[in-house]
Amino acid sequence: MRIKCPHCGERDRREFYYVGAAQNIARPTPDAGPDVWNDYVHNRENPAGRTRDLWQHESGCSAWLVVTRDTNTHEIFSVELASDSEEAKR
Amino acid sequence: MRVDGKGLIDRDQEVSFSFDGAEIKGYSGDTVASALLSNDIRLMGRSFKYHRPRGVLTAGSEEPNALMTIGSGASQDPNVRATVQEIYDGLEVRSQNAWPSLNFDALAVNNLLSPFFGAGFYYKMMMWPKPLWEKFYEPLIRRAAGLGGLSELNNEGKYERAWAYCDLLVVGAGPTGLMAAMTAAKSGVDVILCDEDSMMGGRLNAETYEVDGMPGHAWAAQMVNELSQMDNVRLMTRTSVSGAYDQGTYGALERVTHHKEAEIGEPHECFWRIVSKACVMATGALERPIAFRNNDRPGIMTASAVRSYLNRWGVTAGKNVAVFGNNSDAHRTAQDLVDAGVNVVAMVDSREGVDASGDYRVISGGQVIDSSGAKGLNGIRVRSAKGIENLNVDCLAVSGGWNPSVHLACHMNGRPVWNDAISAFLPKPDMVPGMIAAGASNGEFSTADCLEAGVEAAKTALEKIGAKLTETDVPMAEDGEYDITALWTVPHKGRAWLDFQNDVTVKDIKGAAQENFRSVEHMKRFTTQGMATDQGKNSNVGALAILADATGRSIPETGTTTFRPPYSPVAIAAMGAGAQGVGFAPQRFTTSHEASVDDMDAPMIEAGLWYRPSYFPKDGETHWRESCDREVGYVRNAVGIADVSTLGKIDIQGKDAGEFLDFAYTNMFSTLKVGKVRYGLMLREDGHVMDDGTTARWGENHYVMTTTTAAAGQVMKHLEFIKQALRPDLDVNLVSTTEQWAQFAVAGPKSRELLNDLLNEEVTNENFPFMGCGEISIGKVSGRLFRISFSGEHAYEVAVPSRYGDSLFRELVKRSENVGGGAYGMEALNVLRIEKGFITHAEIHGRTTADDIGMGKMVSAKKDCIGKTSSERPGLHGAHREQLVGLKPVDNSNELFAGAHVFEKGAEAVRVNDQGYTTSVCWSPTLNTSLALGFLINGRARHGEIVRVVDHLRGKDFECEVCHPVFLDPEGGRARG
Repeated sequence: MRIKCPHCGERDRREFYYVGAAQNIARPTPDAGPDVWNDYVHNRENPAGRTRDLWQHESGCSAWLVVTRDTNTHEIFSVELASDSEEAKR
Repeated sequence: MRVDGKGLIDRDQEVSFSFDGAEIKGYSGDTVASALLSNDIRLMGRSFKYHRPRGVLTAGSEEPNALMTIGSGASQDPNVRATVQEIYDGLEVRSQNAWPSLNFDALAVNNLLSPFFGAGFYYKMMMWPKPLWEKFYEPLIRRAAGLGGLSELNNEGKYERAWAYCDLLVVGAGPTGLMAAMTAAKSGVDVILCDEDSMMGGRLNAETYEVDGMPGHAWAAQMVNELSQMDNVRLMTRTSVSGAYDQGTYGALERVTHHKEAEIGEPHECFWRIVSKACVMATGALERPIAFRNNDRPGIMTASAVRSYLNRWGVTAGKNVAVFGNNSDAHRTAQDLVDAGVNVVAMVDSREGVDASGDYRVISGGQVIDSSGAKGLNGIRVRSAKGIENLNVDCLAVSGGWNPSVHLACHMNGRPVWNDAISAFLPKPDMVPGMIAAGASNGEFSTADCLEAGVEAAKTALEKIGAKLTETDVPMAEDGEYDITALWTVPHKGRAWLDFQNDVTVKDIKGAAQENFRSVEHMKRFTTQGMATDQGKNSNVGALAILADATGRSIPETGTTTFRPPYSPVAIAAMGAGAQGVGFAPQRFTTSHEASVDDMDAPMIEAGLWYRPSYFPKDGETHWRESCDREVGYVRNAVGIADVSTLGKIDIQGKDAGEFLDFAYTNMFSTLKVGKVRYGLMLREDGHVMDDGTTARWGENHYVMTTTTAAAGQVMKHLEFIKQALRPDLDVNLVSTTEQWAQFAVAGPKSRELLNDLLNEEVTNENFPFMGCGEISIGKVSGRLFRISFSGEHAYEVAVPSRYGDSLFRELVKRSENVGGGAYGMEALNVLRIEKGFITHAEIHGRTTADDIGMGKMVSAKKDCIGKTSSERPGLHGAHREQLVGLKPVDNSNELFAGAHVFEKGAEAVRVNDQGYTTSVCWSPTLNTSLALGFLINGRARHGEIVRVVDHLRGKDFECEVCHPVFLDPEGGRARG
């Protein structure tokens, strides 16, 4: 598997550290209420298909990335900096 | 037997090797199989289950029968295919699965018992009584049924792994691959051409076809030579591409020194990961046999193998040869043999109406129904319209048609499609993104078609890569038709073999269908069809054709089993190269490592990847506790020195650094004064404790954080995540400086005295109060001093750039010894912190909250921080939770252990009564008792209570007093000094 880091270019997946859903970026405000927080902290989709994951280019530039890919075909559609992601804008 | 004038071997260079102890001679260019055949040795192995005599079936890596053990001792290599192993002087080859010898195998008795040993036999018959399975049946089966064994010694053989990058990867260097590589190379892109063989050219080296007016092998050699001159081409022989993976990554095994004595430094094998923008799969096709009664005798081989041995190695597999086929291609074997002067007894063609005029006898519409010869073929029985006749032959070349080698194309879970015209499966386009199947692997069987396909595939690949094509001429070559009428098995009584390696017969497949294992995957598991080293390369299609027939379905309806990497066997040692022994994980050494190990004989323990001293033994000490107790005494009474460089150090700078830390830590850091240090607690977003440590404010916009050794990496990632993803608005930068600073604890009542002798500056309670920090210098070296304590004593941590760590450590130890102290290790460090109730990851183990460890008030109400919202959830704090406590045995002769469970006094020690557990324990020489930190439900309200502590594992059961976790100096007067 190859991931194209926006800073470093395409690299092998061994350089990256996988975390989970990109939803981690969209942190609710403290007063958002227990349901919102429960969803944020605990509930994750497990799609057969398109997913948005958080990866860190651990052995490279340390950038946190959002990788959009397909869990069936393993196709990677996009790689962006976490700070540029739609989740960061929520 | 050698045939004069044939073969691509070097007859001027004789090579001798040993086979089962006997010296065998061959020529440079021979494989073990061709050399044995040239010496008329046909018996090369015993079958897996029935121990039937077996000879070589093929001439390639798909070989199911002729498996050998190469070498001996630790580096012996089992299950090496004789068809792949090149010979060299001194090579040691042994046959497998036979005892006492290949020629007389006692377990051949299994063959007589075969009516009882059909597929599924083990599952059905050896189930009862169940306890016998492990002790009796399994060892019995393992002894009787098997492939080669490992030496069970540590293999010191050297393996390597490597990466390669290219625009185009071409897999297979037959006519298709060579043309594809040449076309792409001339167009200027970077090409890697891999072939599993030692000589590129594929079938061209095994056929008599002409290409471009010259012998095919000569044309191939010319192409290879031309490619080898090009800077943008890398040729890799003896390299099997084993798997196709995501985003153009391919695995490949290079057999670096299988074909010669390794020179110093040369690896045995190298596992490559090849990254390409596009790939041409030119893997060719494999011939399949036809199942008929006793079709497994030595001397019965695929028709193409007989041709390969003749044309490539100048060996005829027999003196009187018959050919049995269902297709036009099989006739080439008969013709080549006749041309080479070998007696062709008959060409038995199962198709009706085949042209019988030619240089050899053709039996049209004929079938071979049986064979004879105990340890080698001596006759076959042929049935045709004219009746049954017996033919005396010592070799039978069989062709059931060709299966395109679609394996790589299927590695990403694609399924091939059935093609009736060639009675075989073909790859679909784009089963692996970026891969183009071409030539015989795509069902294009004539040489002319292959050459053309190679060019076309390269064109498609160049488009994918975005490179401009330079036109290449396609040379002239044979363009014969391939005509086939499917024939999978010859109907007759008796056993007809499909999977030679696993001894699976036609009857076994039918039996599976009868038992309702109708799915091809179930049939495989029930019969073992297609398992082990060859993965059924010759036999899978035949087996599923028979399953299809037995279950009344078509072949496409029946489908194939799943194709998984590797294409051919890859040693785990090759894939894991570099990760054996100490290479398994990196080792991190502190600057005091050498002094600790070499000069002070400290036994080291692993802390993550770090190595830290357990204790520093002195003469006369016989137990680690003696050393540990002494070292604790240094700190409590004089001064002790410990290397604490392994703690994570993160340098944090920027005008928003304070706000950043306020968000990461539960407590406030923006209010910390410059020159002061504060203890901080970090939560995970789910409200549980992540890590703790101290952070110093070094300047207005500059903090220096320490983390625990264990969580240094995790915390760094976490802080990066906050900075980049959650709070990109903050002006802050982070860098790990763990390895840049050597840091030592100088702890004990005499610590300041020691430092004041050493440092250029005077250290006082005013310039370095408790939790103060600042710059210092030692000689001409600048450093940092922190007045912090993990022992509860008046203590400092002094940090210098790592290059001065070794000398500072030695100096500190020497000076401490002069005042009645010395170095202390991890054991003493642990005792010191337990006596003071300081937590480590034994306590903050991922399930404890700030409130649990008595730090609930550290979660500041004035601000938001990671984990704050969750920590306020009702379940995560309060009296119902297990809270941090200290535990002391009522009778101090009792010794506490970590992991013991706590019950109310007098309660039965069962799960439902469980009230808590111990996490850290030590013998406290200071308090002369065993101590434990642990967790107890509502523990803070229960100080003074007597509880029952039970360690079921070690059989301990005694009473303890619950107490405050700070056992020593609860007021903290010692540290404030």
